[in-house]
Order: sequence, then structure tokens, then C-alpha cells
Amino acid sequence: MSKTLLDIQNLHAEIEDEGKAILKGLNLAVKAGEVHAIMGPNGAGKSTLASVVSGKDGYEVTDGSVSMDGADLLEMDADERAKEGLFLAFQYPVEIPGVSNINFLRTAINEIREYRGEETISAKDFMAMVREKSAVVEMDPKLASRSVNEGFSGGEKKKNEIFQMAMLNPKVAILDETDSGLDIDALRIVASGVNKLRSENNAIIIITHYQRLLDYIVPDYVHVLADGKIVKTGDKNLALELEEKGYDWITDEINA
Amino acid sequence: MAAYTEEELAKELQNQEYEFGFTTDIESEKIPVGLNEDVIRLISAKKEEPEWLLEYRLNAFRIWKEMEEPDWAHVNYEKPKFQEISYFAAPKKQYESWDDVDPEMKATMDKLGISLEEQKKLTGVAVDFVMDSVSVATSFKEKLAELDIIFCSFSEAVKDHPELVKKYLGTVVPSTDNFYAALNSAVFSDGSFCYIPKGVKCPMELSTYFRINEAGTGQFERTLLVADEGSYVSYLEGCTAPQRDENQLHAAVVELIALDDAEIKYSTVQNWYPGDKEGKGGVYNFVTKRGICHTNSKISWTQVETGSAVTWKYPSCILKGDHSIGEFYSVAVTNNFQQADTGTKMIHLGKNTKSTIISKGISAGQSHNSYRGLVQINAQAENARNFTQCDSLLMTDRCGAHTFPYIECKNNSAKLEHEATTSKIGEDQIFYCLQRGISEEQAIGLIVKGYCKDVLNKLPMEFAVEAQKLLTISLENSVG
Amino acid sequence: MDTVTISEKVEKFVSTLGKPLDESRNSAYQHLLGLDFPTSRDEYWKYTRVGKISKGGFKLPTTQSERINLNDYIVANDYLVIENGIIRSDISQYSKLNFDIEFVDGESVQQFDNKVELNKDDIFTALNDAYFSKAVQIKISQNKVNEGPLQIIYVEQGEGFVANNRIQIIAEKSSSNEIIQTFVSKDGSSNFVNHLAQYYVEENAQLTIHTVQNQAETTSLVSTTQVKQEANSTFRINTITMNGLLIRNNINIAVEGQNCETYMNGAAVTKGKMHVDNHTFVDHQVSNCMSDENYKYVLGDQSTGVFNGKVIVRQDAQVINAYQNNGNILLSDQATVNSKPELEIYADDVKCSHGSTTGQLDEDAMFYLQARGISKDGAKQLLVSAFINEVIDSFSNPQLIDLVERLIEKEHGWSF
Repeated sequence: MSKTLLDIQNLHAEIEDEGKAILKGLNLAVKAGEVHAIMGPNGAGKSTLASVVSGKDGYEVTDGSVSMDGADLLEMDADERAKEGLFLAFQYPVEIPGVSNINFLRTAINEIREYRGEETISAKDFMAMVREKSAVVEMDPKLASRSVNEGFSGGEKKKNEIFQMAMLNPKVAILDETDSGLDIDALRIVASGVNKLRSENNAIIIITHYQRLLDYIVPDYVHVLADGKIVKTGDKNLALELEEKGYDWITDEINA
Repeated sequence: MAAYTEEELAKELQNQEYEFGFTTDIESEKIPVGLNEDVIRLISAKKEEPEWLLEYRLNAFRIWKEMEEPDWAHVNYEKPKFQEISYFAAPKKQYESWDDVDPEMKATMDKLGISLEEQKKLTGVAVDFVMDSVSVATSFKEKLAELDIIFCSFSEAVKDHPELVKKYLGTVVPSTDNFYAALNSAVFSDGSFCYIPKGVKCPMELSTYFRINEAGTGQFERTLLVADEGSYVSYLEGCTAPQRDENQLHAAVVELIALDDAEIKYSTVQNWYPGDKEGKGGVYNFVTKRGICHTNSKISWTQVETGSAVTWKYPSCILKGDHSIGEFYSVAVTNNFQQADTGTKMIHLGKNTKSTIISKGISAGQSHNSYRGLVQINAQAENARNFTQCDSLLMTDRCGAHTFPYIECKNNSAKLEHEATTSKIGEDQIFYCLQRGISEEQAIGLIVKGYCKDVLNKLPMEFAVEAQKLLTISLENSVG
Repeated sequence: MDTVTISEKVEKFVSTLGKPLDESRNSAYQHLLGLDFPTSRDEYWKYTRVGKISKGGFKLPTTQSERINLNDYIVANDYLVIENGIIRSDISQYSKLNFDIEFVDGESVQQFDNKVELNKDDIFTALNDAYFSKAVQIKISQNKVNEGPLQIIYVEQGEGFVANNRIQIIAEKSSSNEIIQTFVSKDGSSNFVNHLAQYYVEENAQLTIHTVQNQAETTSLVSTTQVKQEANSTFRINTITMNGLLIRNNINIAVEGQNCETYMNGAAVTKGKMHVDNHTFVDHQVSNCMSDENYKYVLGDQSTGVFNGKVIVRQDAQVINAYQNNGNILLSDQATVNSKPELEIYADDVKCSHGSTTGQLDEDAMFYLQARGISKDGAKQLLVSAFINEVIDSFSNPQLIDLVERLIEKEHGWSF
């Protein structure tokens, strides 16, 4: 039996300063080789979950634990979590003017390698890797020399996220609404990129509002997140059911 | 441009203390502290100067005595006590050749990363190394001599090329210009002189490394650079200073003359000791830099300023000739208790003159960083153009970023555009970097370097690398 | 009493005015004697020399009673006329129900000064303090919304007078109204209008000031406006200057409450040797506020335009958005513009920007219009109107816009 890569137990979190509870006892265990989809209505706490797990400022964890491959994530700074192998594909990737994608990724890779006590990557190997990985998402390698996300179209930004995921080779990847703003061709390319990156050694969590991405990336489990908790878990058919019936029936079911 | 090696940077970063903060033990010869006509006569006599230069100094001194130290800049500091400064310090020994140079001084230069041998071998950069006020070693002279390029210490130029010095000294920055320029004109110790003959493109970057070494010694450098008709030169100036507890005054004057069709690129990386984290010590940098452009010529100032406790500096261009071009590209970083009031003046006199100003100010700690710039279009300057972009980035809630542009236009064919922004460093940008495994310090370094890219790109390659290191080092622990 | 050295200029200036008759003004008078007129060495007056004013020779006005026909300038049902700084209740007309207006002196003026502090070291403020006749105090009562607008007509008449207007307006909590100020001349010449206005904008209040400046071409105007904004308030001030010799507007706004909005729009259309100087200063002392400023100059003949916009964001005043824009068109090769948009930022969570552009009318646009058969003059007018219309539009009141357009046509021969 494969090991648990991400283990979230009884997670409670609120928005700092406001004291507004968003996550209210969330449990989730993701094993190596698995793909989990987390769906739910707007405001259920999906993006908060991604932010809290990745260590974004502005949230306070009031109870519970999050561990990755046995290590306590909540004790770590955001960059340490990334160095440990956590990757977040952002819903809205930020632009960083003047910083080339290449310089950015090389800094990241070398810091991660240094953290792991590995040799830094040579310029030659790095460039070879850029060429190889940009093919995964059919991204024009020229984009890699442009400033991070600056002037990128919505589709290019999302491809760039998956390209970075390919470059950094994480243990656990959380894709936050990666399908939003994508046309059907871009969606197919991004999904196929993610599928190529699936392996027995990593785990992928797809946060999405709609079912359509799951036609391309078939999940092992589908969870419904509502009011800060996972309220229902099923297989890919649950996603289809949600698509058909909406979320109300689940909330009704819980309230009943 | 992916050649800026981040690994090197990472290593540099581990060294948090001021890298060049050590002092070298070299016997120095000092004139007793204080300033009066006798001291000036003594300086002039020691340097065996001609009578006209002594007169020039004395005249400047008389002007200076009548002036008041300016206080319009947005800086606050204890005014130097001008009678407690020693106005001349020179390493006692003079050297005939590189081999004779004091090993300890060589070691110093090694620590600074500017060993002449290395420079000679690897970079092809001719170095006129100034330790305190006297040039102690110069290289590549012969090669430059083949092209009749003169590149020497100011004192040598006075001896060997008096007619050139006499013709141009004080023509761009007259002694009456301002308090510090007058002081410098009275007591300047040494500096660099450069002359590029007609039609000659200087084949290498000329560079001078300044370094303040003697405790209590104000440094008064004088640089005069003349590019004759149709010539080209790129000049690099870099500064490091040893760590000291007392404030050190530096009041340099740089004069550039670009004759018809000439081009001068003047790049500075300034890293003088900025004082410690409590704001104690550090260099006062009150510099007058100005160039004059004749017809169809171009002067381009590029500066990366990370050092000094107090900076007061406005590299300027007088666009006298028709079709002349002035440029100013600047990155100024202040941290802890540093104060900088810096910018430029673009004086448009000729027709079809153009100027560009790109200024990036980064304020961290409890520092204050001001941009002060003047764009002046005179009545006869038909079709003048200026574009100014002036951005400030704030790293903490205890620092200040200020913008004081002066735009004066007396000609209706001018087109002037000025834009300025002030904003906080993007928290979402930092988080994005963190999420990719980049530490916060590195993330800030990356973002700031990206922010300054338009300016850094204007630096010659070897300088760009050093400048980027400096940026990262000076912003350590800067986010509140 | 300590003897003060009185500057020659001030001594000469007050010699034609005499000591204020009212004993209570004595200390203000003494204070005035200790000050001096600014020179271009004062950073605040760098681009404006006040010799045309400091030369002196002005006399204090006396109360008049003849009717003045101001029909051309009246744009509101409620209006108050002030002639050479003296209130003309006899020819004013306003609803006492909607506007609580008092003409006061002494203690009441002091009390307002305590609410909206003045820079007592400013010589024009000191001059006003010593010589104003009566202050006009206007109260826009709590929760009164849009009962106005009230127009104040400042009319200059005769020659060689100094008119010291003193206006104190309070917009009480949750009120909202507009004040229209029109500075006009009826056969006036070589006067000096020294206008001093204080506005206190209480919580949740909205106050808009529209100012139209059209002095005689030999008359100078120094207008000092001091504003204090409390929380959740909105203050707007729109100014257009069309004639006068030397016009200097100082607008100082202290934003002391959170969630405030501040808007300043200005335009100057100049001719002859006019000198128009707008100095604005927004002092963001607290968090969560925004200010937006836009000044446009169209400069003809040998005129000079000066713009100095300053924004300070104090330490701990976080989440501030401040914008400044200054655009200048030089119509003549002898016109001059000096622009100084300043930012002083001491807090970090801010978004501030300023822009300044200077040039002549877009040649391509001129050519395009001419190619469509529009005369050169017509094309010029079209482009100039496009340039300053965004400021004129801010006057929002149709009668007022009509007045502005009439005045531009009268003074500059342009019909928009």
C-alpha cells in the first residue's frame, strides 16, 4: 500500500484580523499516485484550503494539522513547504516585471537543491530541462525568457503554471481553479500536461468549481467541500452528478 | 541576460556584514586638520602645482567662505565641522611600477575584488586605482597611449597636460556653483583625468575605483573627462569604503565635456559605508557631477547607489549643442537610516535636444529616499523632448519615498512627459516566489532587480553583475 | 513690548492702509508687521514673484450702496454679493431656511480658526486677519442635502483697492451641498483681492466648491483655501481661471478622518502677461483615503502657468490612493510653464502616482481636422476644448458651465 503524502486532520482556519472561520474541521488524506478533486460551491473555502496548506499570510490555523510525507507543514514558512515538495498552481498567477521566467525558475531550483543538499544545476542542464518541460505543455520556449507572467494571456499563464510544476517536480501539487479562463484547446493541453506529470510518487489535488476539467484529468476521488468541511466523497461519478444537479442537493442532504 | 549567476549571489548573501568593512594599515601622511589659505598653499605646494592652479584654488576658497551649506535637500544630518577635517592624505610611499606596490595594499585590492593582475588578465579593463586621494597604480597606459588617449591621475595631468586641464577645469562646474563644488575646487586632492582625441573610440571601459581609507580624511576627488569631436568613451566608477564609526565627508566634482559628435557613457556603482543598523557612522556623499553636450553629442549617466549615510547627488547634462542627448538612469537603494536626495538636471539649450530620465528608488528600513529632478527647456530650445519615469518602491512602513520633480518650459515646441509612481513591494509577488521554494530575501532581491531592470540593462556587463550583488546585499533584512 | 524690525515692503504696504480701526485687530496687525513678503528664494514661491502686490499703494474699500447689475454672472437662485471684500446684503438674495449665514467678527471667527487652522506665518493670511471687514460664516446644517447651490459673487469695483474676503463654511454631519464662487470685475482695475476661505467638512458630509476666477486684467488675486475633512467625508474643489494679472491659489487640505475622498480639478486659460499659479497640498494623516487631482493649463501670449501639487502620506496612514495629473499646452512661443508635482510618502501601503505632460497641440490631430475642412483656428479651438473639457465638465451645473463658456468666449474669443 502506497504511503500517505498529504494528511490534513481536523483543520480549522480563519482569516486573520477578521476572525472569520473559513475551514471548520477539514479532513483529507492523499496517497502517492492519487488524484483527488475538490469541488464545492463558491465560498465553501476551496481557495482558502490551498492558501492555508501552502502557507500564505493572512490566515490563522486555529486547530488541526497538516503534514506532508510525515513532515509538519504548519511549522514551516511558505518557501520551506515548497522546498519540501509542495506546489501550488495559482488561480491568478501574479506578474513579476523584469524577472525572466528562466532566472526565476533557476533561482527556485537551485534553492530547492541547496535545501536538499544537492548540487546546483548547470546552465546547460537547466536549459535542456527548460526545452524538455516546455514541450509538456506545448509552451513556446521563448515564453520562458519573458518576464514572469508579464503580458501573458490567461491561457499562457496557466500553461506556465504547469510548466513550472514540471520543472520543480513536486511531491504534492495543488491546482487551484486551473481550468478557469481556459478555452477548450488550452484546457486539453493543460490537462494533458498534468496527466504526463502524474506518477506513482506524487499526488495531485485539483480544486475546481466545474466538472469539465475532470473529463480530461480523471480523479481517483471526488470530494465536496461545503461550509469549510468535506461533506461528501465519491468517485468520478460524483462529479458528474454534481454537474447535473448542482450543489444544493448536497447542502440539503446535510441540513436534512 | 541569464548570466547573472544566482549561485554567486546566494553565497554573497550569507555574508551579512559589510563586506568591505575593514581598514588597511598603511602609513599615511596627513596635513593637520583645518582649512585656511595656508593649508591650500601647502596642498598645492606638495603637489608641485603651477601658480595658476594655486590661484584657482584660492579663488574657490574665497568663494566658499562666503557661501552657506545648502539645506534644501530632503536630508537631515549633523553638518560636518569643516575645521576638523584633514584635507590631504596620501600613502607615503610612491610606486614606480606595479611590482613596487605595497603588498598590503595589493591584499586590500584583492579583497575588494579588483586586483590589477586579475583585471588585466580577465577583463581588459584599465584601472586607475585611487586609495584615498592619490593614484597609486595605473595600467593599460601604454595601450591607451597608442591611441593618444590620456588616462591618468589628475595630478599627473596637471604636470603633463597643463594646457588641457587649464582649458577645461571648472568650465562645467564653476567654483561658484555650490557650496561643496567650491570646497572641492579649493582643496581637491586628486582624481582622474581623461582625454579622448578626435575620432577615437576608446576600445575598453575605463575605470576608477575610489576608496576612502584614512580615518578623518575628507575626500575631495576631481574628475575631468574630455571627449573630443567624434570620440567615444565608456567610463566606470565604483566605490567601496571601509567601515568607520565617524562620518566621513566626500565632496567630489566630476566634469564631463562631450564635444561635437562625441559620446560619453559614465557609469557608477556606489557602495560606500552606509552606517550601521542604528544609523551610526557612514559616508556623507555630496557630489557635483555635470556634463556639457556640444552639437550632436551624447552623455549618458548610469548609477546604482546603495551606499553612503547621506547622499546629495544630481548628475546633470547641459544640452548646449543642437541635437544633443542627455540620459540619466538611476537606481538608489536606501536601508536602515540612510538618506538619499538624488536625481538629475537636464538643461535644454540647443535645438532638437532630447533627454531621458529613468529613476528607480527603493526605500527600506527607516531610510528616506528622494528623487529631485529638473527638466528645463529654455526659450531657444526648439523641439526639445523629455521623457521622465520615476518610480519608488517602499519596503517597510517606517521608510519614506519622495518625489520632487521640477519641470520648467519656456518653449512651446517642446514635448515633455513625466510619470511617477510610488507603491509597496507586491506581497502577492513575494508569496508567488516563496511558493516556488525561493526564500524571502532572494524573492525580494529578484523582484527588486526586476523592478530596476531598465536601469541595470544600461550598465556595462561587468558592472551589472556587481550592481546586482549590491542590490541584494543592501536589501537584506529589509522587509518589515 | 519687543520692537520688531519691520520690513520696508511691509511698512510701505500698510502705510496706505493705516492701522486697523478696530482695536481687536491690533495683535493681528502687530503680527503682520513681523512678517515679510515672500521672494523666489522661498521654495513655496519659487516660480511666483509677488512684486505686483508687495509694491503696495492699495487702499481699504468703503461701504457702497449703489446697485450693481450682476445678472450676467448669477447662476443660482440663492446668492450673496461681496464687493471689494465688503458684504452687500442689500443686493444679495438667499433662502434663510436653507442657508444659515452670519456676518461675524472677533470671537466667532476665532472659534472657526480653532477648527480649521490657518498658517499664521503666511503674510496674506496675516493681512487678511488684520483687515477683513466681516467674515461670512455659512452653515450647511446636519442632514441637509442638496438644498443649494449657493453662489457667492465677489465683485471688484474701482481702482487700487485691497479686498480681504473672509469665508468660513461648515458642512455639518451628513450634509451635502455645493457652493459656487465667482470672482468678477465691474469696472475694476489694479485691485488686489486677498481671499481667505476655510472649509470644515464634518463626518459623512459632502461639500463641493466651484470657483470661477475672472478678475480685471490688472487685478491680482491671492486665494488661500484651508480645508479640514473628517471621516467618511467628500470634498471637491473645481477652479477655473480666465483673467487677472497675478493669480495664486493655495489649496491646503488636511484629511484627518478615514474613508475620505478628495477631488481637485483646475483649469487655467491665459493670455497677455497673466501669471496663474495653483498650489495644492493634500495631507493624508490617516488611513483608507483617496485623493485625485487634475489641473490643465492652456497658455497663450507671454503668460506663465505654475502648478505645484503636493501630496503627503504620513506615517501609519496606510491604504492611500493618491493621483495627480497636470497637463499643459503652450499656444505661444513666449508662454512659460513650471510644473512641480510632488509626493512625500512616509507609509508603505500606498498607491500614488503623478503625471505631467507639456507640449503644444497635437500636430497630427490639427492636420487631421484641417484635412476635413476645419480652419486652423477652428481646429485649435476644438482641440483646446477637448483638452480642458474634462475639467469644465466637473462643474456639473449646466448654468455654471454655460457661464464658464461665455466667459471663455468673452475673454479668449473661443466658443466651445
